[in-house]
Amino acid sequence: MRSWWWKILGGLLVGYTVVGGLLMPVPRLDILNETIRNLYFHVPMWFTMIVLFAGAFFYSIKYLSSGNLKDDIFAVQLTNTGIFFSILGMLTGMEWAQYTWGEAWSNDPKQLGTALCMLIYFAYAILRNGIKDDEKKAKISAVYNIFAFAMMMPLIFILPRMVDSLHPGNGGNPAFKQYDLDKNMRMVFYPAVIGWILLGCWIASLKTRIGLIKYNKEEKALQSDFEK
Amino acid sequence: MRAKYTLVTILVLLLTTTMAHAQTEMADAMRSNGKIYVVVAVLATIFAGIFAYLIYLDRKITKAEKS
Repeated sequence: MRSWWWKILGGLLVGYTVVGGLLMPVPRLDILNETIRNLYFHVPMWFTMIVLFAGAFFYSIKYLSSGNLKDDIFAVQLTNTGIFFSILGMLTGMEWAQYTWGEAWSNDPKQLGTALCMLIYFAYAILRNGIKDDEKKAKISAVYNIFAFAMMMPLIFILPRMVDSLHPGNGGNPAFKQYDLDKNMRMVFYPAVIGWILLGCWIASLKTRIGLIKYNKEEKALQSDFEK
Repeated sequence: MRAKYTLVTILVLLLTTTMAHAQTEMADAMRSNGKIYVVVAVLATIFAGIFAYLIYLDRKITKAEKS
Protein backbone atom coordinates (compact mmCIF):
# COMPACT_ATOMS: atom_id res chain seq x y z
CA MET A 1 0.00 0.00 0.00
CA ARG A 2 2.86 2.34 0.72
CA SER A 3 4.99 1.69 -2.34
CA TRP A 4 5.06 4.56 -4.82
CA TRP A 5 5.35 3.02 -8.25
CA TRP A 6 1.65 2.31 -8.81
CA LYS A 7 0.63 5.78 -7.69
CA ILE A 8 3.06 7.42 -10.09
CA LEU A 9 1.95 4.99 -12.82
CA GLY A 10 -1.69 5.95 -12.23
CA GLY A 11 -0.82 9.65 -12.41
CA LEU A 12 1.21 9.22 -15.59
CA LEU A 13 -1.54 7.17 -17.26
CA VAL A 14 -4.25 9.72 -16.46
CA GLY A 15 -1.91 12.55 -17.47
CA TYR A 16 -1.38 10.78 -20.78
CA THR A 17 -5.15 10.43 -21.18
CA VAL A 18 -5.70 14.15 -20.69
CA VAL A 19 -3.24 14.94 -23.51
CA GLY A 20 -3.87 11.93 -25.77
CA GLY A 21 -7.61 12.00 -25.17
CA LEU A 22 -7.85 15.45 -26.70
CA LEU A 23 -5.22 15.16 -29.41
CA MET A 24 -5.44 11.61 -30.76
CA PRO A 25 -7.71 11.07 -33.75
CA VAL A 26 -11.22 9.68 -33.13
CA PRO A 27 -13.83 8.33 -35.54
CA ARG A 28 -16.09 10.94 -37.11
CA LEU A 29 -19.60 10.03 -35.97
CA ASP A 30 -22.77 12.07 -36.28
CA ILE A 31 -24.47 13.35 -33.10
CA LEU A 32 -21.48 12.31 -31.00
CA ASN A 33 -18.95 14.44 -32.90
CA GLU A 34 -16.09 15.44 -30.60
CA THR A 35 -18.02 14.37 -27.49
CA ILE A 36 -16.93 10.80 -28.24
CA ARG A 37 -13.82 11.79 -26.29
CA ASN A 38 -15.93 11.81 -23.14
CA LEU A 39 -15.61 8.04 -23.29
CA TYR A 40 -12.06 8.44 -21.95
CA PHE A 41 -13.26 10.31 -18.89
CA HIS A 42 -16.86 9.34 -18.14
CA VAL A 43 -16.57 5.54 -18.42
CA PRO A 44 -13.42 5.14 -16.25
CA MET A 45 -15.37 6.76 -13.37
CA TRP A 46 -17.74 3.77 -13.36
CA PHE A 47 -14.95 1.23 -13.71
CA THR A 48 -13.20 2.83 -10.74
CA MET A 49 -16.41 2.82 -8.73
CA ILE A 50 -16.98 -0.87 -9.43
CA VAL A 51 -13.42 -1.77 -8.41
CA LEU A 52 -13.69 0.26 -5.20
CA PHE A 53 -17.07 -1.26 -4.30
CA ALA A 54 -15.65 -4.71 -5.03
CA GLY A 55 -12.79 -3.93 -2.62
CA ALA A 56 -15.30 -2.79 0.00
CA PHE A 57 -17.26 -6.02 -0.55
CA PHE A 58 -14.09 -8.05 0.01
CA TYR A 59 -13.20 -6.20 3.22
CA SER A 60 -16.78 -6.45 4.51
CA ILE A 61 -16.61 -10.24 4.22
CA LYS A 62 -13.15 -10.16 5.77
CA TYR A 63 -14.47 -8.11 8.68
CA LEU A 64 -17.31 -10.53 9.32
CA SER A 65 -14.88 -13.43 9.48
CA SER A 66 -12.12 -11.69 11.43
CA GLY A 67 -14.03 -9.20 13.61
CA ASN A 68 -11.06 -6.84 13.23
CA LEU A 69 -12.23 -3.21 13.21
CA LYS A 70 -9.36 -2.31 10.89
CA ASP A 71 -11.02 -4.29 8.11
CA ASP A 72 -14.14 -2.23 8.74
CA ILE A 73 -12.13 0.98 8.19
CA PHE A 74 -10.94 -0.39 4.83
CA ALA A 75 -14.51 -1.25 3.81
CA VAL A 76 -15.89 2.15 4.80
CA GLN A 77 -13.26 4.23 3.08
CA LEU A 78 -13.38 2.14 -0.10
CA THR A 79 -17.15 2.61 -0.15
CA ASN A 80 -16.89 6.36 0.46
CA THR A 81 -14.39 6.79 -2.36
CA GLY A 82 -16.60 4.62 -4.59
CA ILE A 83 -19.58 6.86 -3.84
CA PHE A 84 -17.45 9.88 -4.75
CA PHE A 85 -16.58 8.36 -8.12
CA SER A 86 -20.19 7.36 -8.74
CA ILE A 87 -21.26 10.99 -8.24
CA LEU A 88 -18.59 12.11 -10.72
CA GLY A 89 -19.74 9.43 -13.18
CA MET A 90 -23.37 10.44 -12.82
CA LEU A 91 -22.66 14.16 -13.30
CA THR A 92 -20.40 13.63 -16.32
CA GLY A 93 -22.95 11.25 -17.80
CA MET A 94 -25.75 13.79 -17.40
CA GLU A 95 -23.63 16.54 -18.96
CA TRP A 96 -22.82 14.28 -21.90
CA ALA A 97 -26.48 13.20 -22.25
CA GLN A 98 -27.67 16.81 -22.27
CA TYR A 99 -25.86 17.44 -25.55
CA THR A 100 -26.17 14.07 -27.29
CA TRP A 101 -29.45 12.57 -26.08
CA GLY A 102 -31.09 15.98 -25.78
CA GLU A 103 -31.79 15.90 -22.05
CA ALA A 104 -29.74 15.27 -18.96
CA TRP A 105 -32.20 12.78 -17.54
CA SER A 106 -34.14 10.61 -19.97
CA ASN A 107 -35.08 7.77 -17.60
CA ASP A 108 -32.68 5.55 -19.49
CA PRO A 109 -32.62 2.08 -17.86
CA LYS A 110 -28.93 2.35 -17.13
CA GLN A 111 -29.38 5.80 -15.60
CA LEU A 112 -32.19 4.48 -13.41
CA GLY A 113 -30.21 1.38 -12.44
CA THR A 114 -27.18 3.39 -11.41
CA ALA A 115 -29.32 5.93 -9.58
CA LEU A 116 -30.86 3.10 -7.55
CA CYS A 117 -27.42 1.66 -6.90
CA MET A 118 -26.20 5.06 -5.70
CA LEU A 119 -29.21 5.41 -3.38
CA ILE A 120 -28.43 2.00 -1.88
CA TYR A 121 -24.88 3.14 -1.13
CA PHE A 122 -26.04 6.52 0.20
CA ALA A 123 -28.24 4.58 2.59
CA TYR A 124 -25.09 2.72 3.71
CA ALA A 125 -23.46 5.99 4.74
CA ILE A 126 -26.59 7.11 6.58
CA LEU A 127 -27.03 3.72 8.24
CA ARG A 128 -23.49 3.92 9.66
CA ASN A 129 -24.10 7.36 11.10
CA GLY A 130 -27.21 6.11 12.86
CA ILE A 131 -25.47 3.49 15.01
CA LYS A 132 -23.38 4.54 17.98
CA ASP A 133 -21.76 1.31 19.12
CA ASP A 134 -18.63 0.65 17.02
CA GLU A 135 -18.87 -3.13 16.89
CA LYS A 136 -22.55 -3.08 16.05
CA LYS A 137 -22.01 -0.38 13.47
CA ALA A 138 -19.25 -2.37 11.78
CA LYS A 139 -21.18 -5.61 11.77
CA ILE A 140 -24.48 -4.22 10.47
CA SER A 141 -22.81 -2.09 7.82
CA ALA A 142 -20.65 -5.02 6.66
CA VAL A 143 -23.75 -7.14 6.14
CA TYR A 144 -25.46 -4.24 4.39
CA ASN A 145 -22.42 -3.65 2.17
CA ILE A 146 -22.48 -7.25 0.95
CA PHE A 147 -26.15 -6.85 0.13
CA ALA A 148 -25.47 -3.54 -1.65
CA PHE A 149 -22.76 -5.05 -3.81
CA ALA A 150 -24.98 -7.99 -4.67
CA MET A 151 -27.71 -5.52 -5.69
CA MET A 152 -25.32 -3.46 -7.81
CA MET A 153 -24.55 -6.34 -10.17
CA PRO A 154 -28.08 -6.81 -11.56
CA LEU A 155 -28.82 -3.06 -11.44
CA ILE A 156 -25.82 -2.10 -13.53
CA PHE A 157 -24.91 -5.16 -15.57
CA ILE A 158 -28.04 -7.22 -16.10
CA LEU A 159 -31.27 -5.20 -16.02
CA PRO A 160 -30.13 -2.40 -18.39
CA ARG A 161 -29.10 -5.01 -20.95
CA MET A 162 -32.52 -6.66 -20.97
CA VAL A 163 -34.40 -3.59 -22.14
CA ASP A 164 -33.84 -0.91 -24.75
CA SER A 165 -31.40 1.71 -23.63
CA LEU A 166 -29.70 4.73 -25.08
CA HIS A 167 -26.38 3.47 -23.76
CA PRO A 168 -24.24 1.65 -26.30
CA GLY A 169 -24.14 -2.10 -25.95
CA ASN A 170 -27.68 -2.31 -24.56
CA GLY A 171 -30.92 -3.26 -26.25
CA GLY A 172 -30.75 -2.56 -29.96
CA ASN A 173 -27.93 -0.05 -29.74
CA PRO A 174 -24.47 -0.63 -31.12
CA ALA A 175 -21.93 -1.80 -28.57
CA PHE A 176 -18.83 0.01 -27.50
CA LYS A 177 -17.03 -2.57 -29.56
CA GLN A 178 -17.81 -0.51 -32.59
CA TYR A 179 -15.79 2.42 -31.26
CA ASP A 180 -13.38 0.28 -29.32
CA LEU A 181 -12.43 -1.42 -32.52
CA ASP A 182 -10.91 1.88 -33.47
CA LYS A 183 -7.25 1.32 -32.66
CA ASN A 184 -6.60 4.94 -31.76
CA MET A 185 -9.37 4.99 -29.19
CA ARG A 186 -8.22 1.79 -27.57
CA MET A 187 -4.79 3.27 -27.06
CA VAL A 188 -6.28 5.99 -24.87
CA PHE A 189 -9.29 4.22 -23.37
CA TYR A 190 -7.48 1.28 -21.74
CA PRO A 191 -4.75 3.39 -20.13
CA ALA A 192 -7.49 5.76 -18.92
CA VAL A 193 -9.36 2.94 -17.20
CA ILE A 194 -6.22 1.55 -15.54
CA GLY A 195 -4.98 5.01 -14.58
CA TRP A 196 -8.25 6.08 -12.96
CA ILE A 197 -8.58 2.77 -11.10
CA LEU A 198 -5.08 3.26 -9.68
CA LEU A 199 -5.86 6.87 -8.72
CA GLY A 200 -9.12 5.80 -7.09
CA CYS A 201 -7.33 3.14 -5.07
CA TRP A 202 -4.72 5.69 -4.07
CA ILE A 203 -7.33 8.15 -2.79
CA ALA A 204 -9.10 5.33 -0.93
CA SER A 205 -5.76 4.22 0.59
CA LEU A 206 -5.07 7.76 1.85
CA LYS A 207 -8.49 7.92 3.50
CA THR A 208 -8.01 4.47 4.97
CA ARG A 209 -4.64 5.41 6.43
CA ILE A 210 -6.15 8.48 8.09
CA GLY A 211 -8.87 6.24 9.51
CA LEU A 212 -6.26 3.79 10.81
CA ILE A 213 -4.26 6.61 12.46
CA LYS A 214 -7.42 7.77 14.24
CA TYR A 215 -8.25 4.22 15.27
CA ASN A 216 -4.77 3.57 16.67
CA LYS A 217 -4.88 6.83 18.60
CA GLU A 218 -8.21 5.90 20.17
CA GLU A 219 -6.92 2.45 21.04
CA LYS A 220 -3.88 3.98 22.73
CA ALA A 221 -6.05 6.42 24.67
CA LEU A 222 -8.28 3.56 25.80
CA GLN A 223 -5.27 1.50 26.83
CA SER A 224 -3.79 4.31 28.91
CA ASP A 225 -7.17 4.93 30.54
CA PHE A 226 -7.35 1.26 31.39
CA GLU A 227 -3.87 1.24 32.89
CA LYS A 228 -4.75 4.16 35.16
CA MET B 1 -7.84 27.52 -72.07
CA ARG B 2 -9.58 24.17 -72.07
CA ALA B 3 -6.73 22.63 -70.09
CA LYS B 4 -7.19 25.36 -67.48
CA TYR B 5 -10.90 24.57 -67.15
CA THR B 6 -10.28 20.87 -66.72
CA LEU B 7 -7.66 21.61 -64.10
CA VAL B 8 -10.10 23.83 -62.17
CA THR B 9 -12.86 21.22 -62.45
CA ILE B 10 -10.58 18.51 -61.16
CA LEU B 11 -9.50 20.73 -58.28
CA VAL B 12 -13.11 21.57 -57.39
CA LEU B 13 -14.04 17.89 -57.55
CA LEU B 14 -11.12 16.94 -55.33
CA LEU B 15 -12.05 19.63 -52.81
CA THR B 16 -15.70 18.59 -52.63
CA THR B 17 -14.80 14.94 -52.11
CA THR B 18 -12.45 15.78 -49.28
CA MET B 19 -15.13 18.02 -47.78
CA ALA B 20 -17.72 15.27 -48.05
CA HIS B 21 -15.38 13.08 -46.09
CA ALA B 22 -15.14 15.72 -43.39
CA GLN B 23 -18.89 16.27 -43.30
CA THR B 24 -19.37 15.19 -39.68
CA GLU B 25 -18.75 18.33 -37.75
CA MET B 26 -15.62 18.13 -35.64
CA ALA B 27 -13.38 20.71 -34.01
CA ASP B 28 -11.08 20.78 -37.01
CA ALA B 29 -10.61 24.54 -36.90
CA MET B 30 -9.45 24.34 -33.31
CA ARG B 31 -6.90 21.75 -34.30
CA SER B 32 -5.64 23.54 -37.39
CA ASN B 33 -5.05 26.85 -35.60
CA GLY B 34 -3.50 25.12 -32.61
CA LYS B 35 -5.96 26.44 -30.01
CA ILE B 36 -6.57 22.88 -28.88
CA TYR B 37 -3.14 22.96 -27.25
CA VAL B 38 -4.36 25.76 -24.99
CA VAL B 39 -7.13 23.50 -23.72
CA VAL B 40 -4.69 20.61 -23.31
CA ALA B 41 -2.29 22.85 -21.39
CA VAL B 42 -5.02 24.05 -19.00
CA LEU B 43 -6.33 20.54 -18.31
CA ALA B 44 -2.81 19.15 -17.91
CA THR B 45 -1.97 21.93 -15.43
CA ILE B 46 -5.06 21.22 -13.34
CA PHE B 47 -4.36 17.52 -13.30
CA ALA B 48 -0.68 18.04 -12.48
CA GLY B 49 -1.79 20.19 -9.55
CA ILE B 50 -4.18 17.54 -8.24
CA PHE B 51 -1.51 14.87 -8.67
CA ALA B 52 1.07 16.94 -6.77
CA TYR B 53 -1.49 17.56 -4.02
CA LEU B 54 -2.14 13.82 -3.69
CA ILE B 55 1.61 13.19 -3.34
CA TYR B 56 1.80 15.94 -0.70
CA LEU B 57 -1.08 14.38 1.25
CA ASP B 58 0.48 10.93 1.02
CA ARG B 59 3.77 12.16 2.49
CA LYS B 60 1.99 14.06 5.23
CA ILE B 61 0.02 10.97 6.21
CA THR B 62 3.23 8.90 6.21
CA LYS B 63 4.70 11.39 8.65
CA ALA B 64 1.62 11.23 10.86
CA GLU B 65 1.83 7.43 10.87
CA LYS B 66 5.41 7.53 12.11
CA SER B 67 4.84 10.00 14.95
